[in-house]
Parts: sequence; structure tokens; C-alpha cells
Amino acid sequence: MFITRILQNDRGGQIMLAVLALVLVLVPVLNLLVPAGSPLHMPTYLVTLLGKYLTYALLAVAVDLVWGYLGILSLGHGAFFALGGYAMGMYLMRQIGDRGVYGNPELPDFMVFLNWKELPWFWYGFDMFWFAMLMVLLVPGLLAFVFGWLAFRSRVTGVYLSIITQALTYALLLAFFRNEMGFGGNNGLTDFKDILGFSLQADGTRMTLFVLSGLALAGGYLLCRYIINSKLGRVVVAIRDAESRTRFVGYRVEHYKVWVFTVSAMLAGIAGALYVPQVGIINPGEFSPLNSIEIVIWVAIGGRATLYGAVLGAILVNYAKTVFTGLMPESWIFMLGALFVLVTLYLPQGLAGLVKNLKENRWWHKFSRRAQT
Amino acid sequence: MLKTTDFTRLLLLSVLLWVCSPLQAEQQSATLTQAAPLFQEASFDKTREAVDLLAASGDPEAVPYLQALLDGKLYQDKAQGTLVIAKDGNTGDELRKIPTNNSLRKYVRGAIGQLSLSHPDAAVRLTSANGLLETVTPEMAGQLRDLLEKETDSAVKEALSLGLAMADLNAADKAVRLTAIESLAGNLHPGVRNRLTTMTTDIDAEVAKAAQAALKTIEDTAALYGHVETLFFGLSLGSVLVLAAIGLAITFGVMGVINMAHGELIMLGAYTTYIVQQLMPNFIDYSLFVAVPAAFIVSGLMGILIERTVIRHLYGRPLETLLATFGISLILQQLVRTVISPQNVPVSNPSWMSGSLEINSVLSLTYNRLYIVLFCLMVFALLYFVLRKTNLGLQVRAVSQNRAMARAMGVRSARVDALTFGLGSGVAGVAGVALSQLTNVGPNLGQAYIIDSFMVVVFGGVGNLWGTLVAGLSLGVVNKVLEPWAGAVLAKILVLVFIILFIQKRPRGLFPQKGRAAGD
Amino acid sequence: MFLKNVFKQTVLVVSMAGALGLSSLAMAADDTIKVGVLHSLSGTMAISETTLKDTMLMLIDEQNKKGGVLGKQLEAVVVDPASNWPLFAEKARDLIEKDKVAATFGCWTSVSRKSVLPVFEEKNSLLFYPVQYEGEESSKNVFYTGAAPNQQAIPAVDYLMKEGEVKRWVLAGTDYVYPRTTNKILEAYLKSKGVDEKDIMINYTPFGHSDWQSIVADIKKFGSEGKKTAVVSTINGDANVPFYKELGNQGISAEDIPVVAFSVGEEELSGIDTKPLVGHLAAWNYFMSVDTPENKEFIKKWQAFTKNDKRVTNDPMEAHVIGFNMWVKAVEQAKSTDTDKVAEAMIGQEVPNLTGGIAKMLPNHHLTKPVLIGEIQENGQFEVVSKTPEVAGDAWSDFLPDSKPIVADWTGKETDGKPCGNFNTETKKCSGQKYE
Repeated sequence: MFITRILQNDRGGQIMLAVLALVLVLVPVLNLLVPAGSPLHMPTYLVTLLGKYLTYALLAVAVDLVWGYLGILSLGHGAFFALGGYAMGMYLMRQIGDRGVYGNPELPDFMVFLNWKELPWFWYGFDMFWFAMLMVLLVPGLLAFVFGWLAFRSRVTGVYLSIITQALTYALLLAFFRNEMGFGGNNGLTDFKDILGFSLQADGTRMTLFVLSGLALAGGYLLCRYIINSKLGRVVVAIRDAESRTRFVGYRVEHYKVWVFTVSAMLAGIAGALYVPQVGIINPGEFSPLNSIEIVIWVAIGGRATLYGAVLGAILVNYAKTVFTGLMPESWIFMLGALFVLVTLYLPQGLAGLVKNLKENRWWHKFSRRAQT
Repeated sequence: MLKTTDFTRLLLLSVLLWVCSPLQAEQQSATLTQAAPLFQEASFDKTREAVDLLAASGDPEAVPYLQALLDGKLYQDKAQGTLVIAKDGNTGDELRKIPTNNSLRKYVRGAIGQLSLSHPDAAVRLTSANGLLETVTPEMAGQLRDLLEKETDSAVKEALSLGLAMADLNAADKAVRLTAIESLAGNLHPGVRNRLTTMTTDIDAEVAKAAQAALKTIEDTAALYGHVETLFFGLSLGSVLVLAAIGLAITFGVMGVINMAHGELIMLGAYTTYIVQQLMPNFIDYSLFVAVPAAFIVSGLMGILIERTVIRHLYGRPLETLLATFGISLILQQLVRTVISPQNVPVSNPSWMSGSLEINSVLSLTYNRLYIVLFCLMVFALLYFVLRKTNLGLQVRAVSQNRAMARAMGVRSARVDALTFGLGSGVAGVAGVALSQLTNVGPNLGQAYIIDSFMVVVFGGVGNLWGTLVAGLSLGVVNKVLEPWAGAVLAKILVLVFIILFIQKRPRGLFPQKGRAAGD
Repeated sequence: MFLKNVFKQTVLVVSMAGALGLSSLAMAADDTIKVGVLHSLSGTMAISETTLKDTMLMLIDEQNKKGGVLGKQLEAVVVDPASNWPLFAEKARDLIEKDKVAATFGCWTSVSRKSVLPVFEEKNSLLFYPVQYEGEESSKNVFYTGAAPNQQAIPAVDYLMKEGEVKRWVLAGTDYVYPRTTNKILEAYLKSKGVDEKDIMINYTPFGHSDWQSIVADIKKFGSEGKKTAVVSTINGDANVPFYKELGNQGISAEDIPVVAFSVGEEELSGIDTKPLVGHLAAWNYFMSVDTPENKEFIKKWQAFTKNDKRVTNDPMEAHVIGFNMWVKAVEQAKSTDTDKVAEAMIGQEVPNLTGGIAKMLPNHHLTKPVLIGEIQENGQFEVVSKTPEVAGDAWSDFLPDSKPIVADWTGKETDGKPCGNFNTETKKCSGQKYE
């Protein structure tokens, strides 16, 4: 089968996808079928929370594709995520219609408030779902394409590239903060009502979004794995390890780079588009360079160049964040900081690498053999 | 001025003082006794009337009282209504502070000015003459002429003749008006420009034309100085960028370490300034001279600590240093929040850093900015000297160019690494001292500068100090030139986009490193 | 092996989910009334919001010493949304769904309020919002205990016009909703008072703006054209210090061009060198320096509670005091913590404020508040130079054409019998939020 072939040598991915499938079945059952009084019932806010983690995981997979396999440390992937989110947010904004504060059927509230009389041209079409979804892919993709085309063609690499990706997201942050831009300024887009006619508050809609996030993650994962396994993937890894040599062999390095970078940006855009309806707000804060660095850190903690490590890292760090910001808001930052330092120093392969090491450890093998007999 | 919290504690003490101390309430002149009841009304309008009364009297004894009113030190006995000047805020319950507000204080200042136009001290006369320029009326022409005749000090004379010319603008005689306009052409005092603007619509065509011509010269000169001002603003913004980035130019540029904690090292320098000021509260004017070396040591040691414990293990893996130092930056921020306070802390400006160097009425350079430009150049020169002319500098360059060869020649590369990183970090701390004079000192201080610093270093060309200087200053100037027509945010965005595009064109920055060291 | 791993992972996930679920069960014990405190304890807003969290803890503690509410003890549930706006919504949902709080006191920035608003409306729970804000909102589930624009901005401008004889105006603000709305209202108001278009200069800067050289130079030029000029500042938080420093250094004193600020209070002043600010103005509904017995007692309690005799109090703290006392009274009156019953009992509730007057909850969920103008002193306190009688908070400004015909009335008296927060008196339609 297609899927099994892709996952042939990917034990981690197999486990990850199996768990994901199980979660995607269990969560709806626990939430919708188990009655609210039962201790096994899963409240809706947890579903939304898990859904959010899944979108983060997809984002982390996108980053791992470029960082782990292409060797580009992008400090600007938060920007693609946010752009996808804004495209979705614009659709949701148009769906509010005349239920906004000022009751204007055409203009979102913040435009009425800024005294704008008509919809700016770049908002056209976002009342149609298909168009918005197209934009979710196209806007981050196009930006990544243009940016990558310029950067890779002039052979900007390594640290320089990281820093100009950071400049990119920083410039977008500043731009989206401006009210004149027409994206709601500091407040961003919020107060969403429904999507495709389904109320965003309804349990069913939330569950659907959760399942969709899970499916998107699975799809994104398989896509990345497919790319890596293909011939293209092998060239990509060659570029990571010896760029000049690959170029001398005759490959147009920049074409490969642009192509993978664009795919990665589109995946980030999809993650953003799924994130926004679940958290209910998108604002320029998502463009913050700190966010982008954090994503890289999820990947580093989970394990670079494994893909499933990225998923693991994203979910673990965010789960820890949810728990510890509540329990110990002050010492939590210390722990987070120390974690980054320790992981880079002692776990260069991340958690995935740790598991692998443990497995390859002889003592562990002996132990497991004895356990089996 | 009384703190509410200190109130009760002070009460007892002050009552005692009030009984024992000879306050200046005994022999007051007639005008003062006359004005006293007006002060008692506790309304700003009545207080103003009282001030008028005092000013009209010409009574020199009133001046200290008006000055006390201005300084918020004038009190009134609740029972007797006599006016009292409080010496050091030690007042009892029997006294009521006479409230003032901004417009009233301005008014009082004018009154004092009128009373002290014939003060024996030339400096006082100059201030009052200058104060007069704001409110000069045609009726004052005669008085000004008299004063001008008696005046000996040249600066006061100049101010008075300017006042006279402004008074003459409204003279009945057309010839006098024309001479006045002519003498005012090219004068940049804002009052002159406003007067001339109203005169361009004079009924007399000749006068109006003369006024227009005079105004044109004034505006041309003002525009010229405007450009000078923009250039200065740009250079000062640029120096801030250079200061913030120059430490990074060493750690990142020379050593290749992406130090995300660089901003926090700046922050530590700023906090060192705060602590130094807390330790020597009576010597704020000298605090910076202590703070600069202290900050260098604090941040430098912190840098060496970071290098020895973390970065040492990560050489050759620049992207990993980014992640580890990001963790360190979180820890340092939170450390400051826990140990000192999550709030911003107050850092005062020494008196020699406040105010501005007034070149003329439209161009004045603020001292703090001026000193920071100079300070930036000094730091740069010193650093350049260290790297170029000292033994340490030689070793640093040797290690950064070819580590193996340097080691073979007997350079202890580990020690040099630690010292280089310490040097870069120490310079970041010194930048923190400068920034503490311009902006908030809080746990987030470093965050605000880290991205800009990286931009400056990358734009200038990694590994090149000159590049950092040129890049920082030019980005500052470009930013300030764009700001008037694009607005502050758009200017910054444009600069960022420019850098992104520039890097595509010249991936190694303005001044790329040449030779072998340039390879990745 | 494969299946075994899958099993292991699943156990992990299920136990994780289970742990969360169980913890929510364990907390559902019924002997206390829970009160949510939703203020950032980390991130950029921690500077301002931590104080409000402490205020709430003190108020709750004090109420418990008095015997609690309805015979039950109150329990504060403190969470940290970490200055992250989406996280505000998530934590609000936590408080309501997991902890089942009776009411929540929280938020500071407008965007955080906008972020949680849909959650409170969906779950029908109460939020007390203690900060001055831009208005143009009235939610069934929110009680706005801070000032609306007509309770801060307009009286401040009136004061400057009358006392300062100001003729030219610089409206300078940080680029976000609150300054934009306030400046829009002020612009309309000034024009209605006969101020010419060219005598108004409007300027927006980003958050944390630190290089004020050009803008201050512009203000100086604008102010030197012969008419008395004042700056109305809605500059937010961190950007203020460099702004005032630059004003001072360029030689602009409070007497030449006074600045009246709406976001600079005692708390902000305690972290900066106040010398360059002396004489400039701020407009609030409360100052720590107000000399009333209620205020003195409150300051004493606060400094005892924080064990710091230098801790200052500020306006949003007073808003929480008023809001909390009103909530307690409303719950006692309704004999229940049920949202609808409490919300109904809240309207018309009167409690003394700390400046010697009475705060009344109006049908539009806003308060009556006096407006105080203070001049900044060197010790970081304000000297009150003007005080108005209580002003009723107006949710929908009368100076904006779009919101002029809109009224909010949750008793339904002015809105054709049906409670509505967004009722257009011209079209007789209740638009915006729909609650059915």
C-alpha cells in the first residue's frame, strides 16, 4: 500500500500515526458519546486544547522539513502560520455579516470604526470559503516562493538566512500592527460566529475542527515523509550535507530549496488556518520573532530530522506550558530556559534521539530479551 | 511636597519645628498683607489677581514670595492668613499649601520677569528679557528703549533690541514698521515668525510685501536647520544602534556565535546603572563614571560564565548556539524579574545629561543624545584599538581566522575564546548604561534591541567593526529621513525590507570579509 | 513490538486526558464560591496586571474574614494568561468550564477583553473589567468598572480649555483601539467646540516606541506657532518614559506645552525617574493622594497586605474594589451566584468609591465616576487640580456618528422593552450580539 511504503523505515512515524488515529477516534467518543457526568467524559475545552496542539504539531513538522532535511533554520515560520491564520480569519470575519457590533453587513467592525466606507480590494473574495482556503495556501506559499527565490538564488545561507527570515517576520509584525493596513491592527480579527454556517461555539463544530486538525497533521506528515523518500528528498538531504558538491554534480540547488521551502510554508499556512477557528482570535502577536524561535525549539526538543520528533516536541512543550503556567508561573520560565540549554547541550538529537540511543544500548537489548523469555 | 505615607510621621516633628523656628512671617510689606486674603480664596483666579497685585506694586520684596509660589513652597497660615515660605517642606497642620497649576505658574514666571528686568545680575535680566519676548506688546516699546539705553551686557542688549523690534512691528509709523521688519529678517525666534505671518496680510501693501520677504528668508534658514536636525536625529538613533550592536559584532562577527542573550547582557548593564545609582544616591552626577566600568565587568563576567558553561561546547554549530542562548536569555530575564522586580526601575539622568545645547531658536541638540553619539564613537575607537593594536586583539583575530594554526603558534585558544566573548558581552553592558539614559530599564529591555542589533551586524558585514559602525549610523539616518513622510512604523518596515533585499544582492553585507576566513 | 508501543503511547495519552478530567472533578466540591482572577503574571503586561491580582486576593481575603458571601467562603482561582491574547480565551474557558467560577475579575488590554468576550457570552458567565477603555461595547456578561471615554478624556480636555486656555491640540497615542477611539472622539469634540482642523495634530506610534526625537521636535514646532498648545497623550506604558525624557531634554516644560495622559498612573510613575514629568497632567477617576478616610484606610490595608509600605495604589485597583464590593452586594441580594440573577441585581447597585462619592452601576453596565485631574509631583504622586462630580459612563459615544444613535440598556427601559447592549434608537433594532 501507498502509506505503508512511505512509512517503511519509519518506526517513530508509525507509532505516532497510530496514536494519532486512536486519539482521533477516542476523543470524539469520550466527548460526544460519554455523558457529561461520567468521569470518563472529556470536556469540550480539552478537545479544543488538543486541537490547538495538533495544529502546532503540524507547524513543527513544516519547520522540521526545512530545518531537519534542507538545513535552513527558518526563524520566520511563524509568519507563514500567521498568514494562513489571517486568511482564515478574514473568511470568518466576513461570515459575521450584520451580526457585528455596528451591524454593517459589508464591513467588519474595525473598518466601520476607522471610518472606512468600502471594503479594501484585498478583502474581496474572502466571503467565499473556497477562495479563502485557496489563499490559505497561496499567500504563505507565494511569499515563501518569492522570498526563497531571491534568497536561494543569491546563495544566502546559514546564519544570514536565519536572520533575514527573522527580519521578514518582524517586518510583517510591524506592518500588521498598523491599523491602516486593514487587518484590525493590534486587536487583530476576533469575535467569529460561524464557519460554513456551523456555529463555532457548537460542540460538533469544535469536534470537527479537532478531527480535521488531526487529519491535516497526518496528511502533512505523510506528505513530508513522501517528499523525503522520493528522489527529490535525497537531493535535498545532499544539499543539506554538502551544498557546493551537489551544485557541482549538476543539480540546480536553488530550485530544490525553493520548492521544499514553499511546501513547508503552505503546510504552516494550513496549520494557521486550523488554529484560528479553534482559539477564536488571530492578531499580529503571532508574527512575533519569539514565536518563531519557539517553534524551532519544539523541533529541537523533539528531535531534528525525524518529523515525528517535531510532533512529539510541539505537543510536549505546549502541554507543559499549559500545566506549568498555571501551577508555577514564575519558576516555569526558568525551567523552560534550562530545558533549551540542556537539550542543545546534551540531547543534540532531541527526545527522538534519546529513545533511539536507549534502544541501541546493549544493556537495554539484553534486558528486553530477558523480559521476553 | 508631602508624601501621604510620611504624613503622620512628619506631623509631630513639624509641629515642633513650627513652634521653634523663626519663619519669615514677621515683617511683611504692605503689598504682601494686601495680597494675602486673595490667596486665601483657594481659587486659581483669585491667586492670579494676587499675583497681579504683587507684580504691579514693583515691590522687590515680593519676588521671593512669587518664586516660592512657583516652587510650590509658599504656604499660608490657616488662622492668621500670613504668607510663609517653607524652607524644606517641614510644615505643620496650621499651614496650607497654596495650590498652583501650569498656567498659573507660567503667569507667575512672567510677573517675576517684569519685576526683575532691572535686577543687578545680568543672567537674571537675560532670562526675564527672554521671557518678555513671548508677551511683548507695542506699549512696552518705550520701557524697552529706556532699559536698552541703560543696559551694559551685550546678550541682554540683544534680547532687548529684539523685543523692541517686535514691539515696533505694531508701531503706528510705517517707516518704523519697515525698519523693524528689516531688522528681523533672518531671525529665528518663533515669536518673530508668528508676528511676521500675521503681518503678511497687512493693509499696507509695502509692509505686507516686506513681511513676506522677511518670512521667506526665515523659513529658508529654518528649513536648512531642519535638515541639520534630521541628520543629528539620525546619527543619534544610529549611535544607539551601533552601541547595541557592537558587542554583537564581536561575539557574532568575530566568533560566529549567535548570541540571543546579547539583549539581556545589555539589560544587565542597564540594571548595573540602576544599582550603582542606588548605592550612591547623592552623587547621581558621577554615577555614570562608576556605572560604565561596573557594567563592563558585570556583563563581561556573565559573558565569560556563559561561554565557559554553554557556548564552549557548541563551537562550529552556530544554529545550536542560537537555541541555547535563547534559553539563557529567558533565564536571565526571569532572574531579573525575581531578584529585582518585574516592574521597570527608575534610573535618573545626571544633570549634565539633561537639557540641550541651543544653537539657535530652531536648532537645539539635546545633551543626552550628543553625549551618546560621542560615547558611541569612543567605545568604537577603544574597541578598534583593542582589536588592532593589542596582543589580545592579535590573538582574537588569529583564532577567528584559523584556529588550528593559531593553536600551533602557541595561542591558548580556549582562553582567547572566553576573553573575546567576555569583551563582547562587556561592551554590551556598556551599551546598557547608555540605553538606561534614554529608555525604560526593565526585564524586557534587551528584547527591544536584539533584532535591530542582528540587522546592523549582518548589514554591515559580519566580522567587520567598520561595517557595524557605518551600517548602524546609516540605518539611523535613513530611518529618520524616512520618518517625516512615512511615519515611524512604516519607516522601520521600509528599512527592514531594504535590508532583506540588500542581503540578497550582497549576501555578505556592506563590507564583506575577504580571503579564507570568509568561507562558512 | 509495534502494537506494544502503540499500547504504551495510548496509555500515556489516556492517562494524560484522564488526569485533566479528574482534576476538574476533584475541584467541583461545593462548600466554597469560586472567583476567577484572570490577570497576566508573566510577559509584557505582568508589570501592570500583577498588582490587580494581588488586589483581588486582598479583597477576597478580607471578605472571607467578614464571613464570606451567602455563608460560604470565597476561593480565588488565579490563572496566568501570560500576556498572550489567545491564551486569555483559553484560560477563561478553563475558569468557567473546569473551575466553575461564579464570576471572573480580569483583563487589562482591550484585545484581551475582546479575546475572552465570546467565551463569557457563550458560557454565560460574568466578567468584571477594571481598566479605562475605548467604549463602543456593552455586553450582557461584562461589567465595565473602568472609565468610558466620556469619564476621562472629555473632562480633561475641558479642563485644559478652561484653565490652560489651550487653543491647539496634539493628540498623540499608541497605535491601537483605545487611543484611536479616544482621539476620534476628542477630534469630534474639539471641532464641535470650534477648534480648527489645522489646530489639531494627530500622531500614532507603535507599542514600546523609544525614539521620540522627531515627534517631539514636531510637537515643539507645532506649539511654537503662537497659540497655546497641549498634548493629549494616550501613549501606552513603556513608551512614556522616553517620551517625557525627550520633552524635558528638548526644553519643553509643562508650562509651555502641558501633556495630559490617560495611561500614566502611580504604578507607572513608581518605576521611573519623575523629574522630567513634574507638572504634567493625568486624568483618572482615582488618585492615591486623594485625602478621604476611605482611601487612607484602603492604602493602609494594601500596604499591610503586600508588606511593603511603599506600594502605591492606582485607578484600576479602585475599579476592582468597586466591582468586587458591588458583586458581593448583588450576590447577597440575589441570594444566588446564578449569572442571570446576579447580573440583574447588579444594575442600580451603589457602593462608596474611595474618593468620597458613590459609584452606581448603570443599566448599560458602566459606572458613575468622578473625574480627577492631577499634576505629577516629584514623589510620583498626583496633586489634584480639578475634580468633577460623578459622571455617568456612556458606552456608545455621542461624538461618533456611527454610535450616536446607539444606546445600551440591560433593563430594557430605553430599548423597547428588550434588554440590549447595542440598540439603534433610529432603526429600533437591536443589532450586534445576539444572545438567543
